[in-house]
Amino acid sequence: MSALRVAVLKGGRSLERQVSLVSGGRVEDALERLGHEPVGIDAGHDLVERLTAARPDVVFIALHGRDGEDGTVQELLEALGLPYTGPPPAACAISRDKALAKHVMRDAGIATPDFLVFDETTFKDFGAAALLPALGDRLAFPLVVKPAHGGSALGVRFAGTPEELAPALLAAFSYDDKVVLERHVTGRELAISVLAGEPLPVVEAVPQGEDFYDFEARYEIGRTVFHCPAGLEPDAAREAQAVAVRVVELLGLRGCARVDLLLDADGVPWVLEANAIPGLTETSLLPQAAEAAGVGFDELVARVLGLALDE
Amino acid sequence: MEPRPPGPAARDLERYAGLFASRTRVMTSSAMRDLMAITERPEVISLAGGLPDTSTFPAETLAAVMARVAADSSARALQYGPTEGMFATREAITRVMAHEGADVDPEDVIVTTGGQQVIDLVCKALLDPGDVVVAEGPTYPGAVPTLSTYQADVVQIGMDADGMRVDELEETLDRLEREGRRPKFIYTIPTFQNPGGVTLSLPRRRRLVEVAHERELIVLEDNPYGMLRFEGDRLPTLLELDGGHFVVYAGTFSKILSPGIRLGWAVAPRPVLAKLNLGAQAATLCPSSFTQLFVNAYLESGHWEGYVAQLRELYRARRDVMLEALAAELPGEAHWTHPQGGLFVWATLPDFVDTTDLLALALHRNVAFVPGRAAYLDGRGGSSMRLNFSGSSEDEIREGVRRIGAIVREQVELYGMLTGTTAPRAPEAPAPRTDLADVLALPRRPREDDRRRGRG
Repeated sequence: MSALRVAVLKGGRSLERQVSLVSGGRVEDALERLGHEPVGIDAGHDLVERLTAARPDVVFIALHGRDGEDGTVQELLEALGLPYTGPPPAACAISRDKALAKHVMRDAGIATPDFLVFDETTFKDFGAAALLPALGDRLAFPLVVKPAHGGSALGVRFAGTPEELAPALLAAFSYDDKVVLERHVTGRELAISVLAGEPLPVVEAVPQGEDFYDFEARYEIGRTVFHCPAGLEPDAAREAQAVAVRVVELLGLRGCARVDLLLDADGVPWVLEANAIPGLTETSLLPQAAEAAGVGFDELVARVLGLALDE
Repeated sequence: MEPRPPGPAARDLERYAGLFASRTRVMTSSAMRDLMAITERPEVISLAGGLPDTSTFPAETLAAVMARVAADSSARALQYGPTEGMFATREAITRVMAHEGADVDPEDVIVTTGGQQVIDLVCKALLDPGDVVVAEGPTYPGAVPTLSTYQADVVQIGMDADGMRVDELEETLDRLEREGRRPKFIYTIPTFQNPGGVTLSLPRRRRLVEVAHERELIVLEDNPYGMLRFEGDRLPTLLELDGGHFVVYAGTFSKILSPGIRLGWAVAPRPVLAKLNLGAQAATLCPSSFTQLFVNAYLESGHWEGYVAQLRELYRARRDVMLEALAAELPGEAHWTHPQGGLFVWATLPDFVDTTDLLALALHRNVAFVPGRAAYLDGRGGSSMRLNFSGSSEDEIREGVRRIGAIVREQVELYGMLTGTTAPRAPEAPAPRTDLADVLALPRRPREDDRRRGRG
């Protein structure tokens, strides 16, 4: 590939700003090693101005969370007529919204843990609180309560009993107007990245010792151990990978994406969510999986970039 | 010249992970780090920092003092100095301390790189990994990483309006003794506590010093704010009451002159002082000669008391604005401290409100505070927050507290609706699109209003 001018979008206003800055920085380093000309842009008020000034051949989106992963920036790049990495706006918007994505997956017959969705409005204007005491009849406790949009542990809580629901909902509503209540599935935590329609080796995340209900543990170095490839039976791994590929196709996630699943004791791979723009930090799951498939970080960046230009 | 090839950046952390000492494992949660990173954006009214207002220091004074240092002692200013600090600086420190009622021998003083270094040096001198340290709950958030680095097992004692509950301290010390966990030292900010905003009463001061003597325990008295008293009578320092046996005193020029000059000091019993000195030698060789000479010249010029008095007036007015705003904006279930000095108010909300989550909401409206959990090592403090009033203008404080109050009230209302104790509101009819509404763009909900409003 001849040398390209690549705008790397990173940072931004989301709560995942820090991760994004790290992802973007690593991408810039890789692009430089590949002989391209990276232009790092912290997505802020002057984004359009800086993009216009940079005149890039292609845009590498390393933004996570709001703006980057929900289709906002993608729509903007469509308007600017610039090719970009990752999925188009609609696929971003659907996968970023856990509630919507779960509906789409369930409707397509993909196993995703049973769930209910509440908007803040339903409590404020429609008296949904009356449903909570008997919610256990509809959805078995314990439940995971999480903001519909969000890629970190922020606002994610367990509710073991109906009494624990109100504080958990209050926390989740601090990050989002829409909240997913999901049946908690016990199982092995798997992450499967899909690159250009091909699944990469399965990564398994094993939280270490501490509080099982501590969602933050899985984002801390040393508090979660990752195995890649995961020690799964070949059939189980293949089945999980097939599910991941189906999800990626279903949601329209081009380029590379990551699907998070839970493999329960009966061998059912339950899909939790799909990430349109997976993290690219050194501890992120996509680079680890690529590495296990013999695809180094630079090559991964090169391929993602190539996919953007092929479209 | 060839451009320098990119070296490993901080983001390449994992490559080095196996080489790091276990004590480098940070204690703050990643979630809180993510949130706090956003508080530094310029459009955010930050009531989170602990910054003194350095804009009030006259630039001409700074220039004049620097010129004097250059004219009188250029070579010394540029040279190394003694580890314990220049004698003239230590003498000057004793004169400052006399204002706090303490009679100190310059030979008992070591000059440090900020008060923060005193905390570090005391930990370094006293702590083996796993040793118990007793601190107030909440404690200074900036001490948390230091205590964590030295792998201290921190036990936190509750406070009330009169500061640390010394009865609870004694019960805790008894319990620790039964468990065979003898603390190495008690860390306290007795005056205008950070973050609590409360002051240890005189009877408790006396009792705390007695306890230290009875049990032969070091007390690290951190006193950065003592001279920033807005009202009430001065209380003796623990150092004064102790008479130089078990109290190690940490002082600083950060809040009475400038944090930028990075000068603090410790006063300690001689055997402890010798160990602090060794530690300081290893860490920094000596404090900055340049800023010591600056302090010497500045204190000699005689302006410093006037400047501190000016800061007191400035901060008192800001505190008043903050307390007024809190009373007007926070719901009845909330309560907060009324500091007689210092920089901070500690506010506690109904227990169902989590201030870490609240900070996420606050950041959407460009206002920030320190979530209470940052002041605990045991996960407590979830419904409290620290609010700083020294580093923002009165208008910013009013606007910042107004925004915080709005989200707290919304959370309280939402919780009421979630628990069914507050009736859902009547659904609003869509606002009629009249010309007037278009012109004024009247927000239907306060939330929209906040998102549009820039910095006040």
